Amino acid sequence: MAKYLLLKHYRGAPAAVNDVPMDQWTPEEISAHVRYMNDFAARLEKTGEFVDSQALAPEGTFVRYDGEGRPPVTDGPFAETKDLIAGWMVIDVDSYERAVELAGELSAAPGAGGKPIHEWLELRPFYGISPSNSECSFK
Amino acid sequence: MNEVLLRSLTPSVLAILVRRGADFAAAEDAVQEALVEAVRVWPADPPRDAKGWLVTVAWRKFLDATRADTARRRREVVVDEEPVPGPAPAVDDTLQLYFLCAHPSLTPSSAVALTLRAVGGLTTRQIAQAYLVPEATMAQRISRAKRTVSGVRFDQPGDVATVLRVLYLVFNEGYSGDVDLAAEAIRLTRQLAAQVDHPEVAGLLALMLLHHARRTARTAPDGSLVPLAEQDRGRWDTRSIAEGVAILQVALARDRLGEFQAQAAIAALHADAPTAEETDWVQIVEWYDELARLTDSPVVRLNRAVAVGEADGPRAGLAALAALDDSLPRHTAVAAYLHERDGDLTAAALLYAEAAHKATDLAERDHLTRQAARLNTRLNAHRRR
Repeated sequence: MAKYLLLKHYRGAPAAVNDVPMDQWTPEEISAHVRYMNDFAARLEKTGEFVDSQALAPEGTFVRYDGEGRPPVTDGPFAETKDLIAGWMVIDVDSYERAVELAGELSAAPGAGGKPIHEWLELRPFYGISPSNSECSFK
Repeated sequence: MNEVLLRSLTPSVLAILVRRGADFAAAEDAVQEALVEAVRVWPADPPRDAKGWLVTVAWRKFLDATRADTARRRREVVVDEEPVPGPAPAVDDTLQLYFLCAHPSLTPSSAVALTLRAVGGLTTRQIAQAYLVPEATMAQRISRAKRTVSGVRFDQPGDVATVLRVLYLVFNEGYSGDVDLAAEAIRLTRQLAAQVDHPEVAGLLALMLLHHARRTARTAPDGSLVPLAEQDRGRWDTRSIAEGVAILQVALARDRLGEFQAQAAIAALHADAPTAEETDWVQIVEWYDELARLTDSPVVRLNRAVAVGEADGPRAGLAALAALDDSLPRHTAVAAYLHERDGDLTAAALLYAEAAHKATDLAERDHLTRQAARLNTRLNAHRRR
């Protein structure tokens, strides 16, 4: 099993195909979207592939050490051009192919008009023991 | 095994050990060991005096742990190890434990964790689950808290206000594992109210009961927020409301008003209205005035602006809002609501979207986005006509 991080971006990712801001959807479309996400997580819990999922608030700050005895330097909140991460989901799956398959499903969450958003999700593997290594060591 | 009984006995057993001179951290470990022993032994051989049994066993565990130190200590142990004759003392030291766990030297999150562990008798795993942190993280937080209060003298008088603040923090925690933190906070506050005669303790208990009574009506089956005005009042827990109101009335009659009593009075006025339209907003504004006088909190003044908007119309609410700093949390959401009631849907839709962007709570963000979407749908339909 390998863990992957699925990142949802507010901006910074390429534009979604069905790119309509959420406040322009109907309340029913928002409910359908939320239900899709919840159902997706529930399904992965059943298959044993779900690890964690959190949404992030839009405000964020860059922080940097500024030397002995000085308070850390902060920058932000983010300017429009900087990236913003809206949330993440961590999955624990058997293969890269499965991770891509699931990310594709998540990207199909319904948006305006009840049609899939086709948003770009970033898929990042966690560092860890590679599947081939762990298989050998137990034999 | 009666887990509720064990949990209710834990704090007084712990308090007795500390009163006898055991260090807080060591006493806590000893009580936990005694509880494990109880779970093992009691089903086959239930004691007649459960608390006395726990005190004896915990004290022996404590002595076992400290015995190895020196020969001198060993001699003392021989004397001390004699089991306590008869039932445990009737004097309850639990109250002191509340003050110790809410000690000002602790950070709020440590005070909360220690209170749930020492007074509430929850396991580290249960507390970690409730706060969505790994168990190892919570174990560290609790053991650091124990070390911090270990040097604190047990007979120091505590500050009731600090204890109440900690209990309110527990109550307001939205997350939950297999322990319902709101119900746990009510249980602990009830226990406190039985021991200390203070109108603000009663006020907090009333406030919790009144808020808790509305809990099932506050969220839709899909997890989305249902605002007060749209809640199905048939789903409110009337027994809890009646109890909260009765406790509040006794407290108010003593004429020592504090912020929890004032907040409870506002909650009681909401609970008392058969429909949202019948809410006594004029009286609610009066209570907000009292509350603002007691706390001078900007959040209170923000809520007061909402109440003024209901009592005297949205323009009056917007005027009250204009006097407040617009960087306050929820300021934008309140502005959006008052603009909508005033008929300015375009401004309201923009403000709702802005408020959604600023929201720090997921359910709240979704709710505000839905509000913006609802108005935009109406505005678009209007434009198309």
